[in-house]
Amino acid sequence: MSENIIRISGINPRQCMKCGKCSATCPAFDEMDVHPHQFASMVVEGRVDELLASETLWKCLSCFACVERCPRSVEPAKLIEAVRDCVIRQKGGSYLSPDDIPEKLDSELPQQALMAAFRKYRK
Amino acid sequence: MTYSYFPGCTLKTKGKDLDSYGRKAAEKLGVVLEELEDWQCCGAVYPLAEDEIATKLSSVRALAAAKAKEQPLITLCSACHHVIKRVNNDMKTKEDIALRVNNYLKLDEAYNGETDVLHYLEMLRDKVGFDNIKKMVVNPLKGRKIAAYYGCMLLRPSKEMQFDDSENPTIMEDFIRAIGAEPVIYAFRNECCGGYMTVNDKALASKMANKVIASAKQMGAEEMITACPLCLYNLKENGEDCLPIYYFTELLAEALGVK
Repeated sequence: MSENIIRISGINPRQCMKCGKCSATCPAFDEMDVHPHQFASMVVEGRVDELLASETLWKCLSCFACVERCPRSVEPAKLIEAVRDCVIRQKGGSYLSPDDIPEKLDSELPQQALMAAFRKYRK
Repeated sequence: MTYSYFPGCTLKTKGKDLDSYGRKAAEKLGVVLEELEDWQCCGAVYPLAEDEIATKLSSVRALAAAKAKEQPLITLCSACHHVIKRVNNDMKTKEDIALRVNNYLKLDEAYNGETDVLHYLEMLRDKVGFDNIKKMVVNPLKGRKIAAYYGCMLLRPSKEMQFDDSENPTIMEDFIRAIGAEPVIYAFRNECCGGYMTVNDKALASKMANKVIASAKQMGAEEMITACPLCLYNLKENGEDCLPIYYFTELLAEALGVK
């Protein structure tokens, strides 16, 4: 499973030097159970089940602050996306259903918000 | 100057002002924007997965259409710009992705990232020039204190976007000066507005929006500008007591006397 995440993300998590810049800069840090800097070492250690069950997958904003500031090109957002893909590509793994949408709509919500949420939360 | 133009879904619906003022201002500046025929939604978020090509195809179709017309491709929505620019970079630099996309699309001529992708602001800065815009302004927005909100998508990752210095950008402040107003620099101008989180976690999205607004107010801003319909929505609808916020194209059109 770790190999899958490495393949999907195109990232070598062994390059992480644990400087913690990614977590320090993450605007959703307080909402996360597993923090960005932990993703690299947990993939290396094969602790993938914990990652697959992590709330972090649904709290990452894909703002790319961690990608921009990672000095080792480990870019945690890519690892997080690869783990999220491993979840939503499974049957029943979707985090958002079209049935949920009507109650979330308001008259100003831009289309791109729904499109983005479906791309992130569903296959 | 004639360019291919990719408006994107939101600019045809909730974000019409971004598009319509952009077109009016371009016309005034002597820039011809030719909307691509049959463009498709960019997907709103760039697919980070290296093993996915389906979610990149619509961008490649737009890029290849612009290449066929031998025109650079202009984008206006930050999200569309982010997606199309990064897919273009993939087609230029990732052989595996380019091969699979080209095998699938079977275009008349293989596409390998030949098209230049320019955001409307880059076109203003690099093609028209802010000095020339300044000369064309008939209604300078004198005395207005405007905070530029960059958000994430235009700036990061900077090695791919190559839009501006991602930590200390100046393009939108230079734009504000060109239309005669006073830019307000504040700490949260390149922090996230909450993005698509507004769909599933309003509380988190509000927290993010409030930080941006408070930061702009603290530095004396009286209004804000953005290039992204989702940023505008998040700040306006999820933030408490938001400053007046406009698309940058609206203020450009106002300054050029075509609003």
